[in-house]
Amino acid sequence: MGSNSLHVLKGINFTAESGELVAIMGSSGSGKSTLLNILGMLDEADSGEYTLDGVPIKNLNETKAAKYRNKFLGFVFQSFNLINYKSALENVALPLYYQRIPRKERQERAMKYLEQVGLKEWATHLPNELSGGQKQRVAIARAMAAEPKVLLADEPTGALDSTTSYEVMDLLQKINDLGNTILVVTHENDIAHMCKRIIYLKDGVIVKDEKVKQVRASEYV
Amino acid sequence: MFSRDNWKEIFETIQKNKLRTFLSGFTVALGILIFVVLFGFGNGLINTFDEFFSDDATNTFFIFPGRTSMPYKGYKSNRQIEFDNSDLADIKKNFAMFTQYVSPRIDRNKLVKYKNESNNYDTRAVSSAYQFAEKTIMMKGRYLNREDIKNKTKYVVIGRLVEQDLFGAEESVGKYIDVAGSVFKVIGVFQDDAGDDEERRMYLPYTTRQLIEKNTDKINQIVVGFKPEIGYAGAMAFDASLDKFLRDKKYISPKDQNGIYIRNVADQLKQNQQFAGVLQMIVGLVAFGTIIAGIIGISNIMVFVVKERTKELGIRKAIGATPKAIIGTILLESVFITTISGLGGMLVGIAILSSLGEKLKDYFITNPYINLGAAIFATAVLIIFGALAGYIPARRAARIKPIVALRDD
Repeated sequence: MGSNSLHVLKGINFTAESGELVAIMGSSGSGKSTLLNILGMLDEADSGEYTLDGVPIKNLNETKAAKYRNKFLGFVFQSFNLINYKSALENVALPLYYQRIPRKERQERAMKYLEQVGLKEWATHLPNELSGGQKQRVAIARAMAAEPKVLLADEPTGALDSTTSYEVMDLLQKINDLGNTILVVTHENDIAHMCKRIIYLKDGVIVKDEKVKQVRASEYV
Repeated sequence: MFSRDNWKEIFETIQKNKLRTFLSGFTVALGILIFVVLFGFGNGLINTFDEFFSDDATNTFFIFPGRTSMPYKGYKSNRQIEFDNSDLADIKKNFAMFTQYVSPRIDRNKLVKYKNESNNYDTRAVSSAYQFAEKTIMMKGRYLNREDIKNKTKYVVIGRLVEQDLFGAEESVGKYIDVAGSVFKVIGVFQDDAGDDEERRMYLPYTTRQLIEKNTDKINQIVVGFKPEIGYAGAMAFDASLDKFLRDKKYISPKDQNGIYIRNVADQLKQNQQFAGVLQMIVGLVAFGTIIAGIIGISNIMVFVVKERTKELGIRKAIGATPKAIIGTILLESVFITTISGLGGMLVGIAILSSLGEKLKDYFITNPYINLGAAIFATAVLIIFGALAGYIPARRAARIKPIVALRDD
């Protein structure tokens, strides 16, 4: 790592308001995942400013970054990234463990979010007993469990078929309807149009930033 | 760090990763088990060794007369040296400072009879002090005493097996037996740690034997017990001056290898102790090697475990685990596994050792044991190094950026 440096992002400037559902679109290599990783404090920008909920995010050491991630951010990954030896419920409860929330409350809150994504009956199942769509819904429940300011979804539908993709988008839309801010990275046009705003990236710069009329995923389900 | 919640998290991880837990636990348990058993076997070897050599008193010289092999002061070569009662008195008189006791020894193999039972036994004519030299233990009755020697009594002290052979279940003390035609009264029965041969002996006053043998004053060998407080150096000096004194008295050349021979148990004892020491060192070295192998084993497994968990740790970091939490989880898990399995291996090892007892005596291992201190120390060393071995890769894993860790497959 690091020996071959490559400038992926070359000047990105945008603001997302609270309650927005933003799609970041672009072909592969356009820098959209890198942008999301920087927003998620999983990676650091070489230069520039990033303010989250009024807090400037800079000079983070690992401990501080971990605390911010836990408090402000929820992640949804393309490959789900569930811990395979923990049940759906335990996976959802894990961010709360790192918030030092007592076990019982943890379980209750995790169950609440599982119910919200419609997987209450699957609480005790391990990830490999779930379908792809179910796994992503568990991951979304996990991202929501810590009640973050922003939900970051990196190609959340990338590993799913169309029907399941729409189900997941339907879920994200519903979560957005409740007032949560969501950023979705995608390269699929139909998924992007299910958001309220689309930022087009190309070769590390924003080429277009437009508000769109949201297509409700429930129409397709 | 040690809250109930953390333990619960760790137990869950351990429970759900059985192979990993088994591998690291097994390495540690096996390492400690082998260490305990090896160390125990070493101690068993030393036990056997002690048993072989410590049956007789160690503050003893045995003086054997021989046949001269060179002429000296007008005496021809090939002359048989003989001791007599005056030699006993002279040694006592000249070396009073060093000697604790002096006893002669006259061995004869004789036919011994009681009622219808008879057998040949090694009959040993000695003085009352000889009991110290052989560390003879009385089972019943008494040993010979000074009065017996002075009065030339026809008393005999018989070995446990002699009593068994001749008397069977009958009481022997107070009975009379026939020793090559003379009647002796049994006054005591003894046992001896050195085994069957020793317990097929009988002791009688040397004065009585000399009386029977035409009132001679000759004796076969002389046993000298020196005062233990003179130490090893004192014993060696006493040995040399005793040798010189006897050679002068008997006209034996100082260079003659055969005229007289003093067997110095102190010298042997020192050699034996050195041998036992070397034995202990070898065992210690092997045991040390086992522990090192165990440490390397657990280190390898910890590196593997952390590597295997890289992605999981990345996920945990993405959802808010601090580096401290990551290191804590891995460390606590590894310390927990090594402690439990280390103690398990230790207990199994100790159980094996104590169940062996004398079963391996044919292989020179008697009552193998390990002192609890050494066992616990070894276990602790392995736990500490297990933790250290876990800490280094855990720290590295905690430092990896979550995005890199997440990419790991």
